Amino acid sequence: MKRTGLLTFLIIFIGVIYIARLFYLQVLDNSFNTSTLNNSAVKVMYDYPERGYIFDRNGILLVANQLSYDVMVIPSEVKPMDTVAFCALLKITKAEFIEKIEKASRYSTRIPSTFLQQVSKDDYASLQEILYKFKGFYIQKRSLREYPRSSAANVLGYISEVNETMINNNSKYHLGELIGTAGIEKSYEEVLRGTKGVKFIQRDRFNKEIGSFKNGLYDTLPISGNDITLTIDAVLQQYGEALMANKRGGIVAIEPSTGEILAMVSMPTYDPNLMVGRDRSKNFTKLYLDSISKPLLDRGLQAQYPPGSPFKVISALVALQENVITTGSSIQCFGGYKYGSGKSSFMRCHCETGGSPVALNVAIYRSCNSYFANAYRKTIDKFPTPTEGVNVWGKHAESFGLGNYLDNDLSVGQKGNIPNGNLYNKIYPNGRWRSTATISNAIGQGEVLTTPIQLANMTAAIANEGFYYIPHIAKKIKGKPLDKKFTTPIYTTIDKKHFKPVIEGLFDVFENPRGTARGSRVEGLEISGKTGTSENPHGQDHSIFIAFAPKVNPKIAIAVFVENGYWGARWAGPIATLMIEKYLTGKIGRPLVEKRMFEGSIQEEYDKQLK
Amino acid sequence: MRSRKDNIFHGIDWILVLFYFIFIFLGWINIYAATISENQFDLLNFSTEYGKQLIWIGLSFPIILLILMFEAKFYEKYASIIYIIFLVLLAGLFVLGKNINGSTSWYAIGSFSLQPSEFAKAATSLAIAKLVSDKMFNLKKLSTQVQALGLLFFPAILIILQPDPGSALVYAAFIFVLYREGLPFYYITVGFIALFLFVITLILGFEVTLISSLVLFICILLYFIFYRPRAFRKGWIKIIGIYLMSAMFIFSVDLVFNHVFKQHHRDRFDIILGKTVDMKGVGYNTNQSVTTIASGGFFGKGFLEGERTQGNFVPEQKTDYIFTTVGEEWGFVGSSLVIILFVAFLLRIISRAEQQKAKFSRIYGYSIVAIFFMHFVINIGMVIGLVPTIGIPLPFFSYGGSALWGFTVLLFIFIRLDANKTYEW
Ligand SMILES: [Zn+2]
Repeated sequence: MKRTGLLTFLIIFIGVIYIARLFYLQVLDNSFNTSTLNNSAVKVMYDYPERGYIFDRNGILLVANQLSYDVMVIPSEVKPMDTVAFCALLKITKAEFIEKIEKASRYSTRIPSTFLQQVSKDDYASLQEILYKFKGFYIQKRSLREYPRSSAANVLGYISEVNETMINNNSKYHLGELIGTAGIEKSYEEVLRGTKGVKFIQRDRFNKEIGSFKNGLYDTLPISGNDITLTIDAVLQQYGEALMANKRGGIVAIEPSTGEILAMVSMPTYDPNLMVGRDRSKNFTKLYLDSISKPLLDRGLQAQYPPGSPFKVISALVALQENVITTGSSIQCFGGYKYGSGKSSFMRCHCETGGSPVALNVAIYRSCNSYFANAYRKTIDKFPTPTEGVNVWGKHAESFGLGNYLDNDLSVGQKGNIPNGNLYNKIYPNGRWRSTATISNAIGQGEVLTTPIQLANMTAAIANEGFYYIPHIAKKIKGKPLDKKFTTPIYTTIDKKHFKPVIEGLFDVFENPRGTARGSRVEGLEISGKTGTSENPHGQDHSIFIAFAPKVNPKIAIAVFVENGYWGARWAGPIATLMIEKYLTGKIGRPLVEKRMFEGSIQEEYDKQLK
Repeated sequence: MRSRKDNIFHGIDWILVLFYFIFIFLGWINIYAATISENQFDLLNFSTEYGKQLIWIGLSFPIILLILMFEAKFYEKYASIIYIIFLVLLAGLFVLGKNINGSTSWYAIGSFSLQPSEFAKAATSLAIAKLVSDKMFNLKKLSTQVQALGLLFFPAILIILQPDPGSALVYAAFIFVLYREGLPFYYITVGFIALFLFVITLILGFEVTLISSLVLFICILLYFIFYRPRAFRKGWIKIIGIYLMSAMFIFSVDLVFNHVFKQHHRDRFDIILGKTVDMKGVGYNTNQSVTTIASGGFFGKGFLEGERTQGNFVPEQKTDYIFTTVGEEWGFVGSSLVIILFVAFLLRIISRAEQQKAKFSRIYGYSIVAIFFMHFVINIGMVIGLVPTIGIPLPFFSYGGSALWGFTVLLFIFIRLDANKTYEW
């Protein structure tokens, strides 16, 4: 480079770079232009929309709104003032005052933040008179949630203040705003929240408001959130909660022909109104810290247990599909099933068939372990290696929506577990295992885990003879069609013809004089179901029951789970049939059973576990 | 010929004068936009900033006439004396100076303040021009290099001590002048390598920089050993020396940055290097200025229509951040036009300087190009978020009498020298 050229070159070079940078900033990058919020010359005022209402499937109002008043602050506009008087007015301490101001300033000095939430109506009246004296503070009206029926807290969820990470990840929310954080409020936040209105006010250099910015060109009106109609039947839901009183567990009821969730009970629960108002965070902390009864855990969705006997139905269906048994083929049961030479290789059975031939029908209504162990073993051994066998068996089970998230519109869930061959290859290295090592899977013990909603869905698939709709909670959203995936049937891998004999067996669980749920039979209702007892190494066994009714055109499929409820017919069976009776007939013909359930408590058993 | 020589406007470069008036005009309307508020319209009101700036613009005309009245020879003859007078004035600040915004850079005369460092640039340019134009002066020699650097060192150190490191940084521009006049190229190379290592060290940390430069060094060494063994035998001491110097420099950057710099200095670098994104605290100025410029869009919002300018949300907008007003109200069209004007202005001075017969005039011309260029690069670079926050004015645009007069003097001395180019000295 010639000596004379260097500076000339640099001047042109810098000129080009700076013009390119300006082009990028002013023409290409729109992020600056669109964010009027960053524009400190303009004051932003929000007008909060009313959140959508929530109704049950019959139009009963479950969630409404009430007005509340928040004290807002714009830190940059706060002038020196009588802090003592101010704190007294708001009933806060000086330390709280400082903390709140600092938190707001950290978020933004120019954008309003909530200073104090949910002032009572009386306080509001007196505040309004005097707040103008304190520059930088003003009152913002906002709507809060109200729960007229005090029920279904786990379904409805709650709203709470957005946290700081959420604000940083999502510019739609500002400090102090409310967002659905659980249940329906969370999963349908976008539908319910509506769009807040914005008013832009031009300010001059002295921070004085000099009128609407650009004559209101960018101002918007708030748009209310959309109402949602749930699939829940509020009466059934509340009835289920009453039946489960003083017990722990969950109920999930589904309409098989649509996948609509009719009831979703989780016990213990709480009054949703606790999550509203100024005591919200105190109440929430109390519920959150209750690690013993875990009221915030939705047991219907999140509790995973071995399903026990109801799972035998799957073992039977898979064996039929794989042609290793027929409906007529029978075995003999002498109090158990011996599957190896060792003394411990024996699965006990309480079917009390005394060596008479046990075919599919008897096996189901007597819940014979030996029969299903045999069917399972034959299924696995059909394949060259047990790994393949377990994998095929697992695929069939998974086609009932087990072992994975259901991809539904609920905010929480658990996968459950359906074991595959690899799992056992890990437990028994070198492939040294045979079908018998996994024999407990046949009767829903072993490595199998399910959640109540998965069991309810499995029951619906059986009731439908081979397909199900993804269980969902929203029935109608105003102004928006339901997601297509909820109206598309999902087929199991089992042929339709195999369901008939199995359903007969389930029907005989109630109808046969020796059926295991004979005692829960309801006169005039054709209920099919299966009792279950889930072995619990930590304490008393869990009580499980699945059922659907009527036998033709089933209207309800249900799974009931009672923690430490001894055996299926003791708690879960009566509760399931009472629920079905209530839903199908609207009245109860067995007041004594109902009373026993209402009043029955397993609290003693739970207390025992604490010791 | 005498009458033509008596006319003080004879032979002056009207194009440069035109540039001057365009800049002054554009600068003033943007200061007007940045400082006006409603119920206040009084052009010659001394209480408004745009009014004051207008008065300073008016007062720059007698200054221009005065500069043009002197013979070109006068500036060469008295360059050393002018230089020494300004050194004394800079030193005098420590005794008589007035502290404004943390720097003792001002002499107060009544309600009026003057900043000698704005004029010292012209004085130093004259002194450098005089020193380097000497026929016996050879920039290839180390002793003369030291002489030239010493001449720059004194005003720079006095300004740093005020403290006003931003204004002192401008003196680095003289390296381009010295290079033009024969300073070996490796000074420029070393300068750029130092700048490069400085930035890289701040971004990657000194351990990573040190290790990667070691890897690079070993590669170079191996290349020489296997492919250029002869060159290697001759120059291995140089290669190792360069590496050791670089390593020491990397160490010292880390040392200075983390132990000598104050936190607010570090923050300014971290913002530009993208290591910090605190838009509400230390990044506020840069964020506000970049946002304001970006909000202008392609065509701008129009004169007095920029709500960010009108709401006065860019700190120091009328002085160091005046370019944000251009960006917001005149958009990409206006701001890129200003850039193009500056580039054209600088190139015009270079082309005039290259035509000078007298070495003194040429060197002086190069000096002022380098100074204007430095202000242009740092000021606009800072405002558009490419250079750390260093508060120096944009020539002819930024609000302030001293800056305006300082740049006026700088330019018109050159116009005077240039007008004389066809005459013998
Ligand atoms: Zn048996």
